[in-house]
Amino acid sequence: MRGLRKSYGDIIAVDSIDFEVESGEIFALLGPNGAGKTTTVEILEGYRKRDSGQVSVLGHDPAISGLDGMNWRDRVGMVLQDSSDGLDLSVEETLAHLSGYYSKPRDVDELVEAVGLSEKRKVRVHNLSGGQRRRLDVASSLAGSPDLLFLDEPTTGFDPKARRTFWELIQSLRTGGTTILLTTHYLDEAEALADRVGVIARGKLIEIAPPSTLGGREYAKATVSWRDESGELQVESTDEPSEFLRGLLARYEGEVSALSVKRPTLEDIYLKMIGERT
Amino acid sequence: MKGFTRTSRIGFSRGALEIKQFNRQREAVVFTILFPLILLFIFGSVFRNEIAPSVTFSQYFVAGMIASGLVNSGFQYLAISIPMERDNGTLKRLRGTPMPLGSYFIGKSVQVLYSMSLQVLLLLGCGALFFDLQLPTEADKWLTFTWIILLGTLCATILGIAFSSVPKSGRSASAVVSPIVIILQFFSGVFFIFSQLPDWMQQFAAIFPLKWMTQGMRAVFLPDSFATQEVAGSYELGRIALILTAWSVAGLLLAMKTFKWMRR
Repeated sequence: MRGLRKSYGDIIAVDSIDFEVESGEIFALLGPNGAGKTTTVEILEGYRKRDSGQVSVLGHDPAISGLDGMNWRDRVGMVLQDSSDGLDLSVEETLAHLSGYYSKPRDVDELVEAVGLSEKRKVRVHNLSGGQRRRLDVASSLAGSPDLLFLDEPTTGFDPKARRTFWELIQSLRTGGTTILLTTHYLDEAEALADRVGVIARGKLIEIAPPSTLGGREYAKATVSWRDESGELQVESTDEPSEFLRGLLARYEGEVSALSVKRPTLEDIYLKMIGERT
Repeated sequence: MKGFTRTSRIGFSRGALEIKQFNRQREAVVFTILFPLILLFIFGSVFRNEIAPSVTFSQYFVAGMIASGLVNSGFQYLAISIPMERDNGTLKRLRGTPMPLGSYFIGKSVQVLYSMSLQVLLLLGCGALFFDLQLPTEADKWLTFTWIILLGTLCATILGIAFSSVPKSGRSASAVVSPIVIILQFFSGVFFIFSQLPDWMQQFAAIFPLKWMTQGMRAVFLPDSFATQEVAGSYELGRIALILTAWSVAGLLLAMKTFKWMRR
């Protein structure tokens, strides 16, 4: 997409955003609430109209309608933010019905298995927990074996264990060759899943990079801390942690007490990046 | 052609799913099906007087209530439940799938035909058992009954879908839709005898389909001799067909153009 722009009245939600996602890649859009993530994704999904800019998703403008639109949606899966529909149907009924829409439907047994809902296949949706419901959403979006999957804040409200299980599911999809566009405000999620991260703040795309190099993370100052002879905690910030460590090791015999070397976390970098914008 | 078979295949699959969901929502079943029965018992019990030789008001009323059944389970139910589906994300999810809009319409029609059949059977049964409703014995009256019910269901379904874009939210839908239906029932010869209403009221009601549906049901369930009591002096079956078809076509064009997938 090139120069994407969208405003509501006087408020500019998204302002000249450019990025490209490679086939087979997991790309994460990261940003605080209200930064324009969902607006961007909903334009790519065909839910919203853009004011200007060019967008091509799987070779088509997502605003297409009619038969072309249907063929396009046959290849795309979408997991939307909070939904509370179809509560009176069972897991199995929901998936069996949805797979009837697609030209390359996935087997329902396989789908249920893939998202770990085998035990719950006869359970009505309103009796599922939040995490199970979300996994059903993902299974629904996979019902047509999509080439491209949109995941909009998929793990909001998950407990840590459910989040890990969910990540494994997403990683297994990557192995299967599905291209994934993910939005999240969890840094650890972006770091665990994404090949590249785009940071959005106030409707602008600040940077695109792999999680390990975002914001010059690999060159950023490291913090070395240790306890000295008098038992006091010492902290040193340095551009050359290896060099500094050699000196430190030469100074003490044996173990250096409470030694740690920290690079800034993705979160530190991210907060600094969006902080500069506000 | 391929698109057509796909649209109807998915449409009927949606119909089966809609019926399943409808049956599992106890309140909806009770509200749409039992409410007209209760009205039938109240009005039918209070007004038992003869309004013409061998025609009682309760017979007149049952015919009107069957016609209202089409409006309740078609127009009213859809105009309220579709905005709710817009609020809870059903429509947004469907919009993201390759489901044709026509399949959604077919699914709704199938579900309405189902709940409407339940309701009409109950009304017919109770009407015949308790309120001297004469079930016709002639085949051509049943033929009239069938086409009016089918065309009426189609018309009420389409108009319900078309009107679903009017309420802003699912919560306000009932407050917007229910008064319209009740007023139309008063004007269209359900609660009162149509020919005794003031002229302006008759002319107003004649614009809308419900008046024609009640008249059609009277043609089926009241004696032919009663036709002279109608405003036009006959049951005007041809005109009923024409007006219901016109509303269906206009409603369909409008629904295709104005259908809203998402709340704005």
